[in-house]
Amino acid sequence: MISFSQVCKRYRGGHEALAELSFSVEPGELVFITGRSGAGKSTLLKLIPAIERPTSGTVLVNGQNVGSMRRPAVPYLRRNLGFVFQDQKLLYDRSAFANVMLPLAFTGHAHKDAARRARAALDKVGLLAREKANPITLSGGEQQRLCIARAVVNRPNILLADEPTANLDTDSAAEVMQMFRSFNQVGVTVLIATHDETLVQGLNPRLLTLKLGRLVP
Amino acid sequence: MNTLLFQHWQTFSLTLARLAGNPIATLLNVMVIGVALTLPLGGYMLLQNLGDVTRQVTGNPQISLFLAPSAGKAEIAALEARLKRMLGERAVRFISREQALEGLKRSEQLADVIAALQSNPLPDAFVLETGGSAAEISRLESELRALPNVTHVQLDSEWLSRLESLLALGRTAVSILVALLAFGLAAVTFNTIRLQILTQKDEIEVSQLIGATDVFVRRPFFYLGLVLGVFGAMVALAIVYLCMLILNRSILEVAQQYGSDFRLGFFGLADCLAVLVFAAMLGWLGAYMSVSRHLGVIEPR
Repeated sequence: MISFSQVCKRYRGGHEALAELSFSVEPGELVFITGRSGAGKSTLLKLIPAIERPTSGTVLVNGQNVGSMRRPAVPYLRRNLGFVFQDQKLLYDRSAFANVMLPLAFTGHAHKDAARRARAALDKVGLLAREKANPITLSGGEQQRLCIARAVVNRPNILLADEPTANLDTDSAAEVMQMFRSFNQVGVTVLIATHDETLVQGLNPRLLTLKLGRLVP
Repeated sequence: MNTLLFQHWQTFSLTLARLAGNPIATLLNVMVIGVALTLPLGGYMLLQNLGDVTRQVTGNPQISLFLAPSAGKAEIAALEARLKRMLGERAVRFISREQALEGLKRSEQLADVIAALQSNPLPDAFVLETGGSAAEISRLESELRALPNVTHVQLDSEWLSRLESLLALGRTAVSILVALLAFGLAAVTFNTIRLQILTQKDEIEVSQLIGATDVFVRRPFFYLGLVLGVFGAMVALAIVYLCMLILNRSILEVAQQYGSDFRLGFFGLADCLAVLVFAAMLGWLGAYMSVSRHLGVIEPR
């Protein structure tokens, strides 16, 4: 489903974020990518929806070579992926409901159908009662859950999350993690980047640990 | 197909809603475009009216053709037949030198002078009724000059060709104005769209990150440019119409003193539509340039 082979990413200026990275993720897996800040976790995740391109090596997603994908094809790749951004990227000029509606605006769903899907997604993350609220009025945990709702509203088969619990208290973090697990249980492949190893305890998932851009065996 | 139409409709109504949501900025933008368009549009309207007037006046300018005194009866008859072939039976009137003299005798001031003459100094002449544009008439005039036995060709409406060239000058001036202000309109939309893109920077970035195509991201800005252009043109048409009403009041007073009921007329429906389409295209063009220039800058990282 996702396969990295000999991936190297060097940013302009010479900083090498990832080096000789090879691994693959099977459908339905739950994978944690851990490591300290600057280890390359975010870069790894960004390579999957072609937000970043590898300097060398290949990244395959659903059988497509994402690294060399032409720009016009990229949006269609991204529609099959859900991404929970580290900085959330919510829009504060509209309601929570409108935020979740955004991905459905360009997939051509009829408004009624889109609204139904958006409410279903909000319901899944427990925010249906707050659909009219502006995201700025939501708590940190609620904002993160809204972000998850937006990521899953298109029913992607891959869900990527970059530090989804970074600014949350322990209870909210546990809630959010529970959500990812429940998506995983219905067959969604989930990749979560986190520096917080306590999250992983008790889950016993597959771990990919990065150190200075390389996989720790 | 239906989905695409629906998306377009959605974008269009979203554009209108956005404009309505920010009424003061919208009003100012539309007014800038409207006022910029008013100048060439007003000039065009005045020229159109002047053109109508000259067409009425020109109606049928007459040309007098004076013949050489040596021309005999047979030659005159041949010439008459030839002119009738050129211009038609009814357009050619022959005035013999005797008829012309009789005519002059009838006017009181000249009767004494005429009586003192020993011989008839007047030539035979043809009076020709013509029609057509100034260019056609001047072509006809040079053809007539080349005819045998013709000594002098008198066009009784040379001032018309002068007016015609003045109008041409006016049209050139308006064309330059149109070109300049077309550029101005595109520049105004360019800048408006730039600001709009900056305002919606976050939305654009997020949309691109979660799978919006470039076409989808750009579409609302094209609509915005289009709508601004059309609204601006509507404002310009309204301003020109108001000015026309105000001017007509004074014009009517002047015209009545000359026994005329002349007044300025407004554009026809086709012209109004053409103005709207032209402004829409310019707005779209400004948006296109702005979007191409500025959207690349917000490539998400």
